[in-house]
Amino acid sequence: MKNVFVEIYYGVKSLFVGMAITLRQFFKPIVTVQYPHQTLKIPARFRGHIELVSDPETGKPKCFVCKLCERACPSDCITVEGIKPEGAKRKTVTTYRLDFTKCSLCGSCVEACRDNVIRFSREYNLASTKKEDYIMDLFKRLEAQRLEIEKSEGDSTGSASVLAGHGPAAPASAEPSTRAPIQVEPPKPQAPRVQALTVEAK
Amino acid sequence: MTQTLTKVLTTEPFRLALSLVAIMAFVGLNAAYLVWVERKGAARFQRRPGPNEVGPAGLLQPIADAIKLLSKQLIVPAGVDRTLFRLAPLAVMAPALASLAVIPFSESLAARNINVGLLMIFAFGSINVMALMVGGWSSRNKYAIISSARVVSQNVAYEIPMLLVVITMIMVTGTMNLSEIVNQQAGAFWNWNLFKVWVNPLMPVTFLIFFICMLAETNRAPFDMAEAESELVAGAYTEYSGMGFGVFFMAEYANILLGCSLATVLFLGGWQRPIGILPGVFWFLLKMYLLIFSVVWIRWTFPRTQFYGLLNLSWKILIPVSLFTLVLSSAMMKLL
Repeated sequence: MKNVFVEIYYGVKSLFVGMAITLRQFFKPIVTVQYPHQTLKIPARFRGHIELVSDPETGKPKCFVCKLCERACPSDCITVEGIKPEGAKRKTVTTYRLDFTKCSLCGSCVEACRDNVIRFSREYNLASTKKEDYIMDLFKRLEAQRLEIEKSEGDSTGSASVLAGHGPAAPASAEPSTRAPIQVEPPKPQAPRVQALTVEAK
Repeated sequence: MTQTLTKVLTTEPFRLALSLVAIMAFVGLNAAYLVWVERKGAARFQRRPGPNEVGPAGLLQPIADAIKLLSKQLIVPAGVDRTLFRLAPLAVMAPALASLAVIPFSESLAARNINVGLLMIFAFGSINVMALMVGGWSSRNKYAIISSARVVSQNVAYEIPMLLVVITMIMVTGTMNLSEIVNQQAGAFWNWNLFKVWVNPLMPVTFLIFFICMLAETNRAPFDMAEAESELVAGAYTEYSGMGFGVFFMAEYANILLGCSLATVLFLGGWQRPIGILPGVFWFLLKMYLLIFSVVWIRWTFPRTQFYGLLNLSWKILIPVSLFTLVLSSAMMKLL
């Protein structure tokens, strides 16, 4: 009999304790991120789909169509085509097709690349209703990016603040290229650092 | 001209029509915006912002929801009892509307001041249970039938402690007229029935029992066995679409509104002001909405009870305790 009252007492008490806990949460700030309006900072080592690295001087892709990535890809999602212009030493890329529907982001292509002319992008807004959106031409993508940067720089010549915003973008493509040889020689420990630098700069 | 107009305006039919429109508007607006309050409250308890895309702070969300529900087809599944199926949403909604007629919002603001108001509310309150049962039964759906069986046993179990508590209150106040009950609680806040411990030392417990039974009667979490979505899809509402479902949904909030109004009248001094500012209606609505907030608060704090837990609570705790308070207050009334 006595146990019943004790049980009721502790039962009722636990209800109020629980309600106090939820009420405390009620007045605490919101923790969810309102995704389309806000975004979290992408982690430094985020691995999106691959992208071509451009030469900072010319703005053209540094890829010379050795097709090592094409061969390294376990699911055959890369197709690289190129031409050899008159008088040039190396081939230049004309088509770099990535079939992202089959890509599993294993990174074998990036590992295989001899001169680090491809890298992981930080693209993550990849939702689409069409399959065609995932068969992307990375060469055209790079060209479009270059045009956009040129256009915005042309618009805002002299405006230091806007240039500062775009400032890191140019070294972004420059930095990995200068550090690229390091990555080839000591393979494991250096690799993540270079990766991180790339991402931070971008 | 003005005299005839005043005459028309003060006539009984006009007063009735006005009260009806006012109550329907009040219930409709409250049902719509209590959904918003519920969603916002749920979000805040879970540290989310809640609806915030439609209008400022999501304030137009109920309107968007209503338009969506109104534009949906009202499907009557094959093999259901068509008459009962269509009648059930109305039979849930109508008693709540009718009962609000006797709730006194202030000294002069009550659609009908009848001297058996309390009795009328409980008489109509039972129709709600029957309507849910009819809705579940006529749906010809196993989930709906299980749900209606649960509704009946749950409401039978909780009607008893609720009525025992109300009998205690009637004995203490000596009247069933709601305005009279509020008038007896005039003065400072310790004259509210909730704090009248010299009449019955268990008065706060009585209020707690009333509130718990109100939650169970309106099928609110943690007693929402009737529409336990994790086990019964949507319970008695499974086969309802469009505004059929919408009316059930509105009726749930109308019943919460009614239950909280009644709790305010019976225990929290109705329109009586704890401090001498602002009109009585304001205080009535404040008390009522605070109770409604606690209903939302409870819903997002406690998980759903299991069915035997629900019945154990009623038959093993609430009924004995409410019987004890009934006996105690009658003994104290006799002796003091």
